[in-house]
Amino acid sequence: MASFLSRAALVLLMGVSSASLAAAAEIAVEAGEGAAERLTEALITAKPGDTVLIGAGRFDLTDGLSLDVDDVVVKGAGPDLTVLSFKAQSGAGEGLLVTSDRVVLEDFAVEDTKGDGVKSKGSDQITFRNLRVEWTNGPDEKNGAYGVYPVSSKNILVEKVTVKGAADAGIYVGQSENIVVRESRAEYNVAGIEIENSMKADVYKNVATHNTGGILIFDLPNLPVQGGHDIRVFDNDVLDNDTANFAPKGNMVAIVPKGMGIMVMANRNVHVFGNRLSGNGTTHVLVAAYPNEYEDDNYMFVPRGVYVHGNTYGEGGGAPDGEVGKTISDVSGTPVPDIVWDGVTTIPEYFSWTSAENRVYVDEAEGTSFVNLKMISQLLLPWGWWPDTDIAGYKGSLPEPAPVKLPQEGGA
Amino acid sequence: MLPAKPALPISFATALGRIRRTVGRLTAALALATLAGTGAAGAVSLDAILADDAPKELSQFGFFADLPAQRPAEGVVPYRLNTPLFSDAALKMRFVFVPPGKQASYDAEEALDFPVGTALVKTFAFPADYRAPDKDLRIIETRLLLHRADGWHALAYVWNDAQTEATLKIAGARIDVSTIDAQGAPLSFTYAVPNRNQCKGCHDLGGTISPIGPKARNLNGDFAYHDGTANQLDRWTALGILAGAPAAADAPAVPDYLDAAAPLDARARAWLDVNCAHCHRAEGPASNSGLFLTWSEKQPVTYGVNKRPVAAGKGSGGLQFDIAPGDPDASILIYRVDSVEPGVMMPELGRHLPDPAAVALLREWIAAMK
Repeated sequence: MASFLSRAALVLLMGVSSASLAAAAEIAVEAGEGAAERLTEALITAKPGDTVLIGAGRFDLTDGLSLDVDDVVVKGAGPDLTVLSFKAQSGAGEGLLVTSDRVVLEDFAVEDTKGDGVKSKGSDQITFRNLRVEWTNGPDEKNGAYGVYPVSSKNILVEKVTVKGAADAGIYVGQSENIVVRESRAEYNVAGIEIENSMKADVYKNVATHNTGGILIFDLPNLPVQGGHDIRVFDNDVLDNDTANFAPKGNMVAIVPKGMGIMVMANRNVHVFGNRLSGNGTTHVLVAAYPNEYEDDNYMFVPRGVYVHGNTYGEGGGAPDGEVGKTISDVSGTPVPDIVWDGVTTIPEYFSWTSAENRVYVDEAEGTSFVNLKMISQLLLPWGWWPDTDIAGYKGSLPEPAPVKLPQEGGA
Repeated sequence: MLPAKPALPISFATALGRIRRTVGRLTAALALATLAGTGAAGAVSLDAILADDAPKELSQFGFFADLPAQRPAEGVVPYRLNTPLFSDAALKMRFVFVPPGKQASYDAEEALDFPVGTALVKTFAFPADYRAPDKDLRIIETRLLLHRADGWHALAYVWNDAQTEATLKIAGARIDVSTIDAQGAPLSFTYAVPNRNQCKGCHDLGGTISPIGPKARNLNGDFAYHDGTANQLDRWTALGILAGAPAAADAPAVPDYLDAAAPLDARARAWLDVNCAHCHRAEGPASNSGLFLTWSEKQPVTYGVNKRPVAAGKGSGGLQFDIAPGDPDASILIYRVDSVEPGVMMPELGRHLPDPAAVALLREWIAAMK
């Protein structure tokens, strides 16, 4: 309670100071001669409480920008007016890197970075708002991996951002906790939105379209943070994800087939509901185990507790793509059903049962198609197995995680 | 302008070794006056080290009795590292100042624990011709790590064309360098002086700025002091600036990565420790990769063997594993260390040129893996 009060007091104080001492706390950086150096220096020398205002115009940067000061707002004139172009970048792994806490990035564009677009590492309370991150040449394996990229961070708000052309994921949240991604648009990326090795995430009211895959919820081995859980993916439009996979091989997303709607791989307690899916040629929803060999005793490779319900499914599954698409359609036939579960369980579970909280549940409107590929059965019993398409057998539910509350929005 | 064709690894390695020996001799010679106590002009200003606002000019610290000649002032001790960080083949002169009466505490694993008031000084220079690396040095920058009461601060001072003074640069700088490489070919490239945040991009341990180089294992080697060659740890103890160190023979040591007589595994791990592990460790900026390259890392998968990339993007080069044992061409590690393309190359800061000697070593190391 004390910490909440002090935080509230701090917020009040900052509000007062920015109102009464606006001039002192605002650092304006206009486009033009020496703009890159002035912007670099403004971000380095900013004091807590300052706002760095980036003017309208184009800023040509040859080096990455970085912010390591707490309590700073970096604000442009709008995502089409203030353009930070990294076309001539010759150093750093990303366009803008934030390593401090309570930072707001809003109203500007980052274009054509050589590596990732806008990254936060180890930040607490980081907001990405009304940004545009784009590789202007369109899908290309030489583009940077991630557009909006909070990692090892907590209390993350991504809203009203647009990301285009990322060679891995447009909006990627990794190894983080307490996450909201909403009202954003991801298109022409390999993955539109990806939540990986992360806990407590709400992904809602986004549009993921013309990516290879729309929304991915993944958990991977051999990482400092793993065991992703408590994730809600709801009220999103996941439409026409029809861009051929252009991720460089070796990256996990390189396995994602064109036309994947929402994919849940490993993870615990994932709820997928109220989304509108259409035009996804491989399948609308795939629930799957991690497919590769790995050395990691602490890793759980199968999804634990997934609840898919109340989504709306349009046309889809008619063009299963790539190795994954073939593996599925070899069993399911084409068109691939709306919802696919690979059916992989752990070996002990295969010979006994899976406890209620760890099962996959599907509760959809009449006419929704489904298949359990029973992949483990396929491996252990090469004769006499068959896929299960009886959706009624998977009815049930799981208790839904509480909505994510963020301190930067007054939540605890 | 494109950099000249990279030299052959072997000759490059030989040249590098020669250059580093030369620099060792240079710094030793430069240090002579001081260590002999011949009355160096001026003393180090502890006030300048501790002040919130750093001096605008390097000379104001008083680290050098003769700044252009890099002849250190009294109490400023030159040192070298067994395996140094590659910075576009820049020649580096390193010095430490520990306030009188204070001592660094020995640490077997991390950088020595230096007291408040310590300054670590590193000057970067390029020779006009790498075939004569001790002649016509052009000093580009001097980087400082200052230990103030509130922690370490990283600063870069850029030298003027007259080579008489260096000025504080917050936002970094890009400087065109033209030289002749060890094979006699012209070599031109743009060298980057880091901005203040980029300093922390490497010098970051769990969110705070920390020294990287002066670890016991990398200092545990000989230095040609004016009065004879001595082990640096032993000498620092004798000088009274280091406390708690065991005899050098009992302290850990990494080899010179170019020392063909040292075990291959140790040479490769030493190179990775120095060039990569400041980021690639659990407390470092690249912790999220799960690829940890510290000297003490024992788990093969954690230092890359059969480990899949997580956030590599085009840095994967289309390959599946960081290290594919026995197959350097299938190893992402080689692809990225060999690259000079932004977004692919590793390390991602502080390098624009290839380091063929390192690539050759790492290839040999991976090829020998079962």
